[in-house]
Amino acid sequence: MSETLPRDVIPQLSVVDRVGSRALGVCELAGAIATFGAKAVVEAARPPYEMREVLRHAYEFGYRSAPLIITAGVAVGVVLSMHTRASLERFGAEAMIPAALAIALIRETGPLIAGLLVAGRVGAGIGAEIGAMNVTEQIDALEATAVDAFKYLAVTRIIALMIAMPLLTIMMDFAGILGGYVAETAVSGMSWQLYLERAFNYVSYADIILATLRTIVFGYLIAVVSCYLGFTTRRGTEGVGEASTRSVVMASVLIILSDVILVKLIFFFYPVVSA
Amino acid sequence: MNAVRFEHVSKAFGTRKVLDDMSFEIPKGQAFCLLGRSGTGKSVALRHIIGLTKADSGRVFVEERDITTLRGPQLGDVRKHMGVLFQNAALFDSMSVGDNVSFPMHRHTAWRAADIRDRARAKLAAVGLEEEFDTMPGDLSGGMKKRAGLARAMALDPSILLVDEPSAGLDPMTAREIDELLVKTKQGGTTLIVVTHNIPSARAIGDRFAVLDQGRMLASGTIEALDASEEPLVQAFMHAQGGG
Repeated sequence: MSETLPRDVIPQLSVVDRVGSRALGVCELAGAIATFGAKAVVEAARPPYEMREVLRHAYEFGYRSAPLIITAGVAVGVVLSMHTRASLERFGAEAMIPAALAIALIRETGPLIAGLLVAGRVGAGIGAEIGAMNVTEQIDALEATAVDAFKYLAVTRIIALMIAMPLLTIMMDFAGILGGYVAETAVSGMSWQLYLERAFNYVSYADIILATLRTIVFGYLIAVVSCYLGFTTRRGTEGVGEASTRSVVMASVLIILSDVILVKLIFFFYPVVSA
Repeated sequence: MNAVRFEHVSKAFGTRKVLDDMSFEIPKGQAFCLLGRSGTGKSVALRHIIGLTKADSGRVFVEERDITTLRGPQLGDVRKHMGVLFQNAALFDSMSVGDNVSFPMHRHTAWRAADIRDRARAKLAAVGLEEEFDTMPGDLSGGMKKRAGLARAMALDPSILLVDEPSAGLDPMTAREIDELLVKTKQGGTTLIVVTHNIPSARAIGDRFAVLDQGRMLASGTIEALDASEEPLVQAFMHAQGGG
């Protein structure tokens, strides 16, 4: 090629080549993860259901993430309350602070932050654990013991995180509302009962249910990406570290992207929620 | 009856041919040692027997079942008759040693939990690790891990035991202890398939041997036949490490 094309064209071609190659790589990875996720759905429907493992992981993911989620929720609630007060005070609408905070938390902030926190805590753990099992032949040992390693390691974790994620989101929402109350009562001395009444005045059941159920998809995405990267780990301990980091990064990006799509879908199918 | 039979098995990873038209048979109850330098395809051959790697061409029979065509539960049924001791033992590091040994029994038998616990203790006692039931694998030495791995591999009393580099990374004394355990296992009627590049260890364990080089079988037979082989690579290998 360098003999037939002018010399000054080659660097640009090289850039196009690199970008094209990178784009193909991303498409290939997306395809592989999608196939992995689809296989998990099919396998989840087939016996044996490995309920003991599912419950064990759900407990681990849920119970062990709860302190982080509650702490973060309270902090987010306090900060949101302070920002909301600063904005609404200008219009003399302080009475709307609990409602604004509850809507923001329940509809968007709670599910999204819970998803990102779980991606960081649980996603990294899954990527590292399965990656380490892979490079130390433990996955081969499972297969050699006549156990379906994909089902035992991946499908159980995917289902468990799909169960744990909405529960953690509810914890996040209520911790946030509690944090908002603490901030509000410190300034205005508002009672808990009045705060709750005002907070849930503009929040419908559809808000809570749809926003919370959305996080089942987040749980699925976090677990699928992390399990996939764990199962495809190579290059020893360096690869394990890379799987862990990439799990967090990819899961976080997927959560944000899927959130945009899911919110759009919710508004499309349930216009009342957007009102 | 053969425990394992390879029929013209070939396998390549990319452009690198790892197994090249390999054929051999392992009669039941014998100890068969696959010998060769590192990277000659020994472990890949072992993975074909377990069904962890699929051949590009040729067929692998385990107890007369062609496992190259088996998938899922059918392959699982064949694997239940095999035990595998991996090079680094591959113990599940989230479970105690006792749970590692109990694991196959929990998965594939209907035995009561108390019976499984007793049997796991007995398996660990057989390899001299009865005191380590509740120890985590990370707290064991290399030799102890190998012994625990052997106890797990023998948990369901398999008819075939596959062992990958039993003496790798072990001091001579510990390696000898592992060899003695394998000989004892063979005497119990289990077919042994051992991958090793340690000639003294192979001489202690094996009944029949095969020497691999670049994915091809250079020679096979009894130890006397290999010692008498005129193939220079076989001679060099058999007489290395003071093996002759």
